Amino acid sequence: MHIWQHSFQMPNSDRYLRGDDCFSEVIEMLLRASCSAEILHHHIAAVEKLPLTTSGCPLVIQCKNFRIVHFVVPRERDCHDVYNSLLQLSRTAKYEELYAFSYNPKQNESEQVKGWQLIDLAEEYKRMGVPNDYWQLSDANRDYKICETYPRDLYVPRTASKPIIVGSSKFRSKGRFPVLSYYHKDKKAAICRCSQPLSGFSARCLEDEHMLQAISKANPSNRYMYVMDTRPKLNAMANRAAGKGYENEDNYSNIRFQFVGIENIHVMRSSLQKLLEVSGTKGLSVNDFLSGLESSGWLRHIKAVLDAAVFLVKAIAVESASVLVHCSDGWDRTSQVCSLGALLLDSYYRTIKGFMVLIEKDWISFGHKFSDRCCQLDGDPKEISPVFTQFLESVWNLMEQFPQAFEYNEAFLLQIHEHVHSCQFGNFLGNCQKEREELKLKEKTYSLWPFLLDEQKKYQNPLYSPDFSPELTLLEPNTVSFNFKFWRNMYHQFDRSMHPRQSVYDLIMNMSEQNKQLEKDIKELEAKIKQKNGQPDAVLMKEHQQSAHPAPMALKTPPCFKKEQPLIPVNDAVRTIEGSNTADNRYSEFMEEFSKAEPAVVSLEYGVARMTC
Amino acid sequence: MEFSELIKTATVESVLLSCAGLPPVRGTLCITSHHLLLSSCPGGDGQPGTVELWLLIRNVDAVEKRVQNLGWYQPPRTNDSPRDTRLAGSSGTITLRCKDLKVLQLEIPGMEECLNIASSIEALSSVDSVMMMYPFFYRPQDLRLEEGWHLFPLEQYFQQIAAQTSQWRLSDLNRDFTTCPTYPADVIVPAAVSDDTLRRAARFRQGGRFPVLSYYHPRNGTVLLRSSQPLTGPNRKRCPEDEVLLGMVLDEGERGFIIDTRSAQAAKQARMTGGGTEPKSSYPQWKRLHRPLERGRPLQESFIKLVEACNDASLSMDRWLSRLESCRWLSHVKAALSTACLAAQCLDREEASVLVHGAEGTDTTLLVTALAQVILDPGCRTVVGFQGLLEREWIEAGHPFHLRCARSAYSHARLKQEAPLFLLFLDCVWQLSRQFPFSLEFGESLLLTLFDNAYASDYGTFLCNNEKERCLCKVKENTHSLWAWLNQPEEKKKYLNPLYSHNPLVIWPSVEPQSIQLWQGLFFRWIRPSQYLDEARAEMQRLVEGNEAPAKESAGSRLSQSLSDPAARTENER
Repeated sequence: MHIWQHSFQMPNSDRYLRGDDCFSEVIEMLLRASCSAEILHHHIAAVEKLPLTTSGCPLVIQCKNFRIVHFVVPRERDCHDVYNSLLQLSRTAKYEELYAFSYNPKQNESEQVKGWQLIDLAEEYKRMGVPNDYWQLSDANRDYKICETYPRDLYVPRTASKPIIVGSSKFRSKGRFPVLSYYHKDKKAAICRCSQPLSGFSARCLEDEHMLQAISKANPSNRYMYVMDTRPKLNAMANRAAGKGYENEDNYSNIRFQFVGIENIHVMRSSLQKLLEVSGTKGLSVNDFLSGLESSGWLRHIKAVLDAAVFLVKAIAVESASVLVHCSDGWDRTSQVCSLGALLLDSYYRTIKGFMVLIEKDWISFGHKFSDRCCQLDGDPKEISPVFTQFLESVWNLMEQFPQAFEYNEAFLLQIHEHVHSCQFGNFLGNCQKEREELKLKEKTYSLWPFLLDEQKKYQNPLYSPDFSPELTLLEPNTVSFNFKFWRNMYHQFDRSMHPRQSVYDLIMNMSEQNKQLEKDIKELEAKIKQKNGQPDAVLMKEHQQSAHPAPMALKTPPCFKKEQPLIPVNDAVRTIEGSNTADNRYSEFMEEFSKAEPAVVSLEYGVARMTC
Repeated sequence: MEFSELIKTATVESVLLSCAGLPPVRGTLCITSHHLLLSSCPGGDGQPGTVELWLLIRNVDAVEKRVQNLGWYQPPRTNDSPRDTRLAGSSGTITLRCKDLKVLQLEIPGMEECLNIASSIEALSSVDSVMMMYPFFYRPQDLRLEEGWHLFPLEQYFQQIAAQTSQWRLSDLNRDFTTCPTYPADVIVPAAVSDDTLRRAARFRQGGRFPVLSYYHPRNGTVLLRSSQPLTGPNRKRCPEDEVLLGMVLDEGERGFIIDTRSAQAAKQARMTGGGTEPKSSYPQWKRLHRPLERGRPLQESFIKLVEACNDASLSMDRWLSRLESCRWLSHVKAALSTACLAAQCLDREEASVLVHGAEGTDTTLLVTALAQVILDPGCRTVVGFQGLLEREWIEAGHPFHLRCARSAYSHARLKQEAPLFLLFLDCVWQLSRQFPFSLEFGESLLLTLFDNAYASDYGTFLCNNEKERCLCKVKENTHSLWAWLNQPEEKKKYLNPLYSHNPLVIWPSVEPQSIQLWQGLFFRWIRPSQYLDEARAEMQRLVEGNEAPAKESAGSRLSQSLSDPAARTENER
């Protein structure tokens, strides 16, 4: 759906320029023939050679940010070379070859260190109100001895002693025992996360039972707790045959067990694949598109994820009950549900900084396998899955329902998505904290967050309302099917012809910028008047009142914003062409009657090729 | 006929009104000739009763009733309604499904009252006589009857064209509606063609709808024409006058396009019933393009199915998507937009004149010509320009509103002539407004108001099927014009798009399925809570207005000058 078909045949349109840019990137990349600073390599998801045509050999590059680029290389041999180099370039075998290790934003060491310290999870737990009377920091995993894929610092109930932790971890897949993910100050209820128990058909573990009891007792406001298995019941049952499975309600006192039915990474991968096939097809009818969208199941999965988060939030907000969330390994679906739940409960995560913290906490630190899921290194294709993309898409759906609740905008989500795959920054490299430490990422690479914060103006939602900013303002989304929409700006981010030709966000953004600037000007002018007059305030007030009317005229002249002005583009994509071109929109097939645009013919020798779409 | 004969029970006490998204209210229900009123019982705090419902009965599309008469049985009640033993005997529920897609429920104590109310509403809502409709009785104090009826004379439109070319003239050959009963008195025709030729050409077109000018494209002097199908019939009849008329539109060597809104096959089949299409041999300069657009029954069914799907909140994602697909509404939106774009493309890019027709030339034809003008002509994208467009291309052009909008998506009545072509047009305009959010002076609210008024209105603007009928019914003399009401400054303000800035360019929309959206503001208007979206819109408005007078507001809020400005005040309180 989002596939961007570069239409290169229109030499005088803006798109041509874009295509050209992109093309020169590839060429540049080829010329350098080395793994140098080209983001594009890491973005390549697949390269495909299509059958030879009269005009040359078509080459299709699919990118992980859902861009699709078509090239026609006149000579087949060249095409083959290009194809091979691209394949090689896009397959990195070692972390050290990733762009992040060579990316140098010209920061000195202390800036680099400061950048990495920007997000401090200990601070974040403090903000939530832990440690407290019920929860404490455990040093059990200080050396990653109990669980390799967990962070060092873990918060557990005070009553959970080390033997209980160790015992429980032995009864949980990959040692991922129940730990605190989010603590709700007001309700004194917690979101905890873990992996599936190794219960098989009948196994029990007293320590694990104690662990859950400790969690439930750490909540003084409610006697029972929920255990959410985010898998479909059938999958969980099948796991029992492998000695894994789910909690038996009879063995655990005061738990309420619930399946929520989010599908596994393989289902999600093939769902996205189907979605991309649909969106990548040109000239689809509305019905083909909708039936493709339906059969991909993509929106169904997004709804399942959000439904699960809503269930979790209700347990906490309405019943003040703590919730333990797990799936199989507790790093995919569990991350989705815990982070979305926290986002709904706590307005902090709806701020720019808070969202970074949320990703650092529930995704990076708890060991969502970014490297495997995003295929940063050449690895097992069965490990690839768009779990994080689904999380971003769920957030986007919430933004659509609550346009004023988020400090950040869609561009922020898209930018994060871009960098999860770009491998330009160290944050998302590797699969868990231990691996990241071994890679010395904090010394060798840079953190993404300070860069995003620097340009946060681009990511601010001009409609963000202070009504939503008080701590713990709950969002109650409506998850009726019709509220879920296809995320065009994600999957067709680079297909400008499909976007609204004028961007409301940009306009409003500029306007509020303008307002701020003008207010600043007024303040400065007032200050100047004050200086000049040196008169008492009462007189000054009077003067202001008189000058308030002429002021607008003077103020309006310098930077005053006019709507007709070109708008500042979000990202680099210029999305704000007014009017636009008929040729962008295939209204008719009777083009034979009309003049044909000649494709730009160029030859590879000069660093160009003939490009068509 | 007297309305009072249709009203069996005029008032019922203690009726519980419930409506999705609002708390239920209990009050006194009252039926008048044209309205259904519910005023709430005076509250405990001594407040007088307030009117909770003021529903035009014409707006009711379907009445469903359910009665319980179980004697000893205590009917199930909502928790918060007080138990009333008087009701224990019998009660009934009436569900009113309105043409604007709102659904209301009335819980009425007493079976007989319930049945009476239901049949009264049914009878009153099915009154078919135009002269009995509410616009003929509605007399608002602040409007004058004649106001708004002559805002957009064709003469004025013609003068704009005449200022640029002398190839067209205004003809009043239809002043007594004999040449074409569905055309207005005045039409714009090629200057070189005499009224006599036109009369003969009219005989060769279904319903006498000979080709007339719909839009003159000032950029290159090409024109958009519309007509009905030629009556070629099975014997391939020809009409020299019709050929002359179309020939006059094009200069020597120029080409034109005929966009037929039927498929080539359907056009061919139409010959069997006397219709047909222009054969290449007789109209050598014109190239025919077929762009089938749905109308009539299939379109109405598409609308009904879509509304059904939207009202079913229990649908799983897969079911929802498959029902959205199978109703085909978005396909119709895409097809209408693409065809309009094609017409616009021929005019603007190919510099060729275009004739649009389907069969009768009163439905899909008007959809295409009106939409093409919104795309091409910045003048049509203002509030007043859009009203002028509707007046010219829908109302005067003879779209049979009375037939097409008699019933909406809920009606159980046997549908004959109903079809939501006008709604489809509004939906397409909404799509344009989404893709070009600064280019239309009006916002979604105007489109919604137009939809509501086309189906049930206090005003006479959408009454009748054509100008001839309007003259017979004296609509312009005896009813108020919707435009007069809409153009009152206070009212008009509500419909403005705060982001509007004049865009002189042609707005080419994307017609990819990814770009076509379901019009949630219409189809979910009464279903989904829109509080957050409305607040966001208000905030946007505030920001934009703040920007237009930035210094005033910022200075004002600090110097406490603009205490009369509520926006600035709330800002302070925060």
